Amino acid sequence: MNERSDSASDGSIEVDGAMTLDGNAVAGLLEEIFATDLTAQPCICATCGDRAEAGSLRAFTQAPGVILRCSVCGEVMIRIVQTPDATFLDLRGTASLRLPRPTA
Amino acid sequence: MRAPLAWQIATVTSIRQETATVRSFTFAVPDWQPHLAGQHYDIRLTAADGYQAQRSYSIASEPMRIGEIALTVERIEGGEVSTYFHDVATVGERIEIRGPIGGYFVWEAAMGGPLLLIAGGSGVVPLMSMLRHRAGAGAKIPTALLFSSRRRDDVIYFDELESLRAADPTLHVFHTLTREQPPGWSGYGRRIDRSMLVDVLAAIGGPPRVFVCGPTLLVEAATEGLVGLAVDPSQIRTERFGPTGV
Amino acid sequence: MTDRFVTRGFEGRGRVPGSANRIPPGQHEIKDFPVLSAGPTPHTPLESWTFAIEGLVDQPVSWTWPEFLALPAQEYVVDISCVTKWTHLDMRWYGVSVDLLLEHVRLDPKAAFAIAFGDGGYTTNLPIPDLVNGQAFVAYQYDGQPLSPPHGGPARMVVPHLYFWKSAKWVRGIRFVELDKPGFWESLGYNNHGDPWKEERYSEE
Repeated sequence: MNERSDSASDGSIEVDGAMTLDGNAVAGLLEEIFATDLTAQPCICATCGDRAEAGSLRAFTQAPGVILRCSVCGEVMIRIVQTPDATFLDLRGTASLRLPRPTA
Repeated sequence: MRAPLAWQIATVTSIRQETATVRSFTFAVPDWQPHLAGQHYDIRLTAADGYQAQRSYSIASEPMRIGEIALTVERIEGGEVSTYFHDVATVGERIEIRGPIGGYFVWEAAMGGPLLLIAGGSGVVPLMSMLRHRAGAGAKIPTALLFSSRRRDDVIYFDELESLRAADPTLHVFHTLTREQPPGWSGYGRRIDRSMLVDVLAAIGGPPRVFVCGPTLLVEAATEGLVGLAVDPSQIRTERFGPTGV
Repeated sequence: MTDRFVTRGFEGRGRVPGSANRIPPGQHEIKDFPVLSAGPTPHTPLESWTFAIEGLVDQPVSWTWPEFLALPAQEYVVDISCVTKWTHLDMRWYGVSVDLLLEHVRLDPKAAFAIAFGDGGYTTNLPIPDLVNGQAFVAYQYDGQPLSPPHGGPARMVVPHLYFWKSAKWVRGIRFVELDKPGFWESLGYNNHGDPWKEERYSEE
């Protein structure tokens, strides 16, 4: 989460447009969960079928969790909440993700 | 794939003032791993009562500085992490970090070019890592940096960019100052627009691999402009830093 | 809890000391009003805006924007706590009591829960006892000004006694149901009820 999105919290700035981040902003969180960098991997939107690298998805991080949305249709693809002892993950909006496996 | 991403404590070994509001911090990293230019580290600050703030900062340094990294941080008024870095942190400070992170917004010389880098303000940081890597690798790939800043005094790395450019005819550096230009200024003096992109594309020839980084609005305007000029969208990678105009 | 590394000299931003007995546990007081959202700000034109009460009611009812503004409304000054740990005291709102809206319907005896829904697909669930008796209102002004879209305008629900995620932004109605249905955050690790004074932040297990 880059600091700019945090300092602009006076309510006069649109959450969309200027404040939207992308999957790069949550790359560390995604790697924590998926044990691999996800930002360079393709994922398919369950709503519109668009195939895009996770790093290019629209990220909403000014929330009680992280929401990644399809950059074409805007629907939610990935939802993440981290509580003190667990990570909750909703991938219903993603038809598929690719997680690379180490080659021998 | 590499070892699991874990927090570790790094130590500030030097601080360099880049502009009035921008500083670079060099860290000694105990579990250092080589990074790719364009990646970032996450920083986590913890108060005595357990309150935590976490931010990501792009790595400014080139990959082959073993055991250390440099992060360039702009001081944002009201920003709790950047103000900590500018107002409190000193040489010797111990900071929790994890990284390197990110596989999407990265460039290494083997990926080739021509290379077009577009930056707004502190969005130049990951692109500087790419340029430092490129110089270190001796890669004579036709490259252009289009760098938007507010005023001449706000231009991060101005002198180093000039040195790199002067030493390498395959590197072109275009500056645009959007708020105020000094007397005798020969660069651009407006926000990035179509005709500026046309000039920059002409300097490097060939269909480019593009990296755009900075405030969200600048990133989106530049990307739209490039696509409108028939640059292949699949060759454009972007990293949005959120609001603030340049 | 494992030992946490503490950063020398870091205190965090804008946390106001004092007012201790009005700040729920684990919260800190702030004076600004952060914008939090799971998605882009919706912009429903007022000409097509409606607020509906539907589901297990004898007759669904809805109001257009002019009709809604014509309803008796009042000022509310309340403390708001967000599960992200900020609390803002004495926030001044203006809007319509949910009790007043419910006077226009008769609830089916089977109705036990309410789902507040808003533009952008957001939902949050409340047991009916948390919604009535002056505990909830639909606000269209904040601090004397029309509620801005980033903060949920034109109208949002406000339920001050629960964490602020229970106060649906861009609210378009309330649906009454027999079976509880966890909403957007309740289905993703957050507590089904959300009382800040009991620190009901996360789901039980």
